This record gives sequence, C-alpha cells and structure tokens, in this order.
Amino acid sequence: MDVAEVTSPRGPAVSVIKAGMLTTVQDAGRWGYQARGVPVAGPMDPVSHRLANALVGNVRGAALLEVTLMGPELEFEDERVVAMTGAQFELWLDGRQAPSHTPFVVCAGSRLKFGARQLGARAYLAVSGGIAVPEMLGSRSTHLVSAMGGVGGRALIGGDRLPLGDPSTRGPALGPHDPIAPLQSPASGQPILLMADRQTSGGYPKIATVISADMAVAGQLAPHDTITFAVCTTAEAMKALIAQERVLMAVEDRHS
Amino acid sequence: MSGARIREAGDSALIVEFDERIDPEVNARTIACAGAIQAAHVAGVRDVVPTYRSVAVYFDPLHTDYDALMTCLEREAASFTSAAAVERAVVRIPVCYGGDLGPDLSGVASFARMTESDVVRIHTAAIYRVFMLGFVPGFAYLGVVDERIAMPRRATPRVRVPSGSVGIAGVQTGVYSAETPGGWQVIGRTPVKPFDAERAEPFLMEAGDSVQFYPIDRVEYDRWT
Repeated sequence: MDVAEVTSPRGPAVSVIKAGMLTTVQDAGRWGYQARGVPVAGPMDPVSHRLANALVGNVRGAALLEVTLMGPELEFEDERVVAMTGAQFELWLDGRQAPSHTPFVVCAGSRLKFGARQLGARAYLAVSGGIAVPEMLGSRSTHLVSAMGGVGGRALIGGDRLPLGDPSTRGPALGPHDPIAPLQSPASGQPILLMADRQTSGGYPKIATVISADMAVAGQLAPHDTITFAVCTTAEAMKALIAQERVLMAVEDRHS
Repeated sequence: MSGARIREAGDSALIVEFDERIDPEVNARTIACAGAIQAAHVAGVRDVVPTYRSVAVYFDPLHTDYDALMTCLEREAASFTSAAAVERAVVRIPVCYGGDLGPDLSGVASFARMTESDVVRIHTAAIYRVFMLGFVPGFAYLGVVDERIAMPRRATPRVRVPSGSVGIAGVQTGVYSAETPGGWQVIGRTPVKPFDAERAEPFLMEAGDSVQFYPIDRVEYDRWT
C-alpha cells in the first residue's frame, strides 16, 4: 500500500492539524525479524503504552501515537474514546482542559490539542479502535532510520489522515512486549542507553542492561535530566516486573 | 572447536556464545544452533538472532519457563549437528564498479598496489558467505574478502552512503540496504535492493547463504534502475 492511501484513507480517520515535534505510530514493536537486521522499534515507555490502550478498551499492543516533547493537534471524524498516559502535558479538547490518565469521549469534529509539557518526555495517546495503518512485517510501529511502518516510515506531518480501526472489535490479549536496554560504554566515557530503536547488533562494549521494569522510567528521560544507576540481581528484576505486571493487569481488568 | 558459553543479558535475553573469531565453521554452527532454538518453539521466546559467533535469544520473562529455555539452549549449544545447510542457490548480485558509484575503488586499488580492474576481478571471483544480517534491515555481512583488497574502514565515515553501495571493511564486504552514515570503502553500487518490503520475498539474503558479485557497466546499471 502506498503512502497516499495511508494518508487519505476512505474509512474513519483522525486528521493531523499540527504534528508536534516527533509524533509516531507505535504498536508493541516489530519482533521476529532481528535476524534480518530489522530493529524492533515500538514504544520507548512500554508501561504507558499499555496503560493508554487499556484505558480505551483496546487490545494490548494496539497501535497508538507516541508524542515526544511537543505534542500534536488532531481532529476526529467520528466519536471515539481516547486516553493520554506517560508524560504530563496540558491537553485541550475543543478549548476545554481534558484529563490525563483517564479515558474521555471525543465527538465527530472535536479537536484535541497538546499544550505545555510539565513532566516526562513521551506521552501516549490511544484512540479506541487503534491506529489502523497497514502492517509492515507484522507491525505498525514506525522506525525512522529504516523508514519502516507507521505513515510511510516517517513521523506524522500536518495534513496526514490516520485510519482508525473498528472500536467494537476486541481481539485476544497479546503478551506484553518490553524491549531490553543494554548500556553501552564508548571510549569517550559517555555511556549510551540503547532503547526501542536500537540496531539489532554491533556497537560498543555493553557493561549492563536496564531491567525490564524500569524501561518505562528510561523512556521518559528528556535532555538535561540526570539519572543514576543501581546494581540489581535478576531475582530483584523479576520481582519488580511481577509487581508492575499486577498493577497493569488490574487496570486492564477494570477497563475490559 | 571449544564449548559454547551461555550468559544472561539483562532479565529478558540470553546469549549463546561460540569461539570469538570470524570463521565459516564457527558461524555455521552458530546459525544451526539458532535454527534449532527457533524450531524448539519454547513458549515466550520473541526473537532468535544469530551473529558471527553468538545467538541472542530474546524472551518475555513473564511468560517464559526460564529453566525450560535454559535446558533448550544448553542442549542446542552442545549439539554438534553441523549446519545441515539447506543447499540454496548462490545469490548473484550485479555491481557497477568505480566512478561516482564507487568513489573508493581507486583508493582500494592504491592500497592493494594493483589496477582497479584487478580489484574488481578479485572482488567478483570469490563466493562470499553471509555471516549475519544487522545494522539496518537486509544488510548482510559477507566474507571473507581476499586479504590483498581487505582495506580497513575509512578514517572518517561518510555522513550519507546511498542505498545499494557495495563496500569493503577489512575482510568484510556488503551492500548498504538503506541510505545511512557509513565508513566502508565504497567500490561500486548494485541496482538490486537487499531489502524491499514490497517484494514477495523482502530479503535478498539470509544468514548462511552464498553470494557472488558480477560486474555490469553503467549503461546496464541505468537500465536496471
């Protein structure tokens, strides 16, 4: 399917009035093709991604919008449930302040506008039915370097129209997909944390790996933030992940 | 060949490591091991990724029986079933060498103290092994390049290397499958795409394949593109 078809779908859609700084379509990532050099991509903060989908009643791993540092302005063509999680942004629905971490209804013609960012780096905006751009190698996730997935492999631009799925269909719950984050240490002494868009192989010597449960924290880092690392056993990592999973499953149960 | 080693890489990946060298035999064993792990279909495994001499196994820690996965990896790492390599046809790739499509061909010729056509003759004579794919979708690390033309990477990488560029980096050679920054010595360009999502088979090569380049002239290159 070519880009023109994606940007002007015939079915229900959401229009991009302003794109924001870096807004991309992300599902749970393109797993299964790393042996062919295909990066996984997917959300930088997988916990917020999963919460946003849960809040609007989508299947786990449905495609939504990942918003980085400066958010978009969108216009809806039909009634949908939406929810924003992750970074805290001011959110305006037709000029009135809309809540975060809470689902709300938008009507046909409603405009949803991101305002000032207050905390964190990346917000996740889920729309009931999910963003229904075509799958590429089994995923809708955007990977910018390989120009793959999402809308023509790129970030959104003003004028895009994103096809939406049918909100009444709710498929089986899929497994959670949390990318791993090796910490690389180049000779310059400035360590690099590899996240969702990491290459499949290569790079500098790896000295440590961030635990799955803390990927969400790493995914919210913005320029000039400071972090410190703590040593952790695999048992502690699993304990943290299981505790996190319990919370996520409770939210999913409440909204299913 | 000595034994394999299995080590943890965080809480959601295990790595099976074989001998640390660029060696077709080690690589064949690595690829066979990856295939066997994939075929075992251990629940929770999300990706099995072979490289030159190691296999990364990514799994969902909440939905994987860790002991069962470890048992599987230990079994496959110890098994010496030499890659019962499915005999696949040699992948033949046309390349227009030199000129503006291969700006480093003259440099490689100086490095090798031979003519450009000698470099081309040596580069096209070999049947290369696909040791692994990585870097960008469809990028295949091929080897082993004849030592006479095995020029190291450029001191300063190029900001943009066009897709289809054929490069040499020491004993490795390969085709850029996307426009990226890169430091390999670019000696030519192929009109064939190593990765094309629209193609029935999106990937031109897979690990373990054999590849041979053949020269085409600029007229033929333009006809292809």
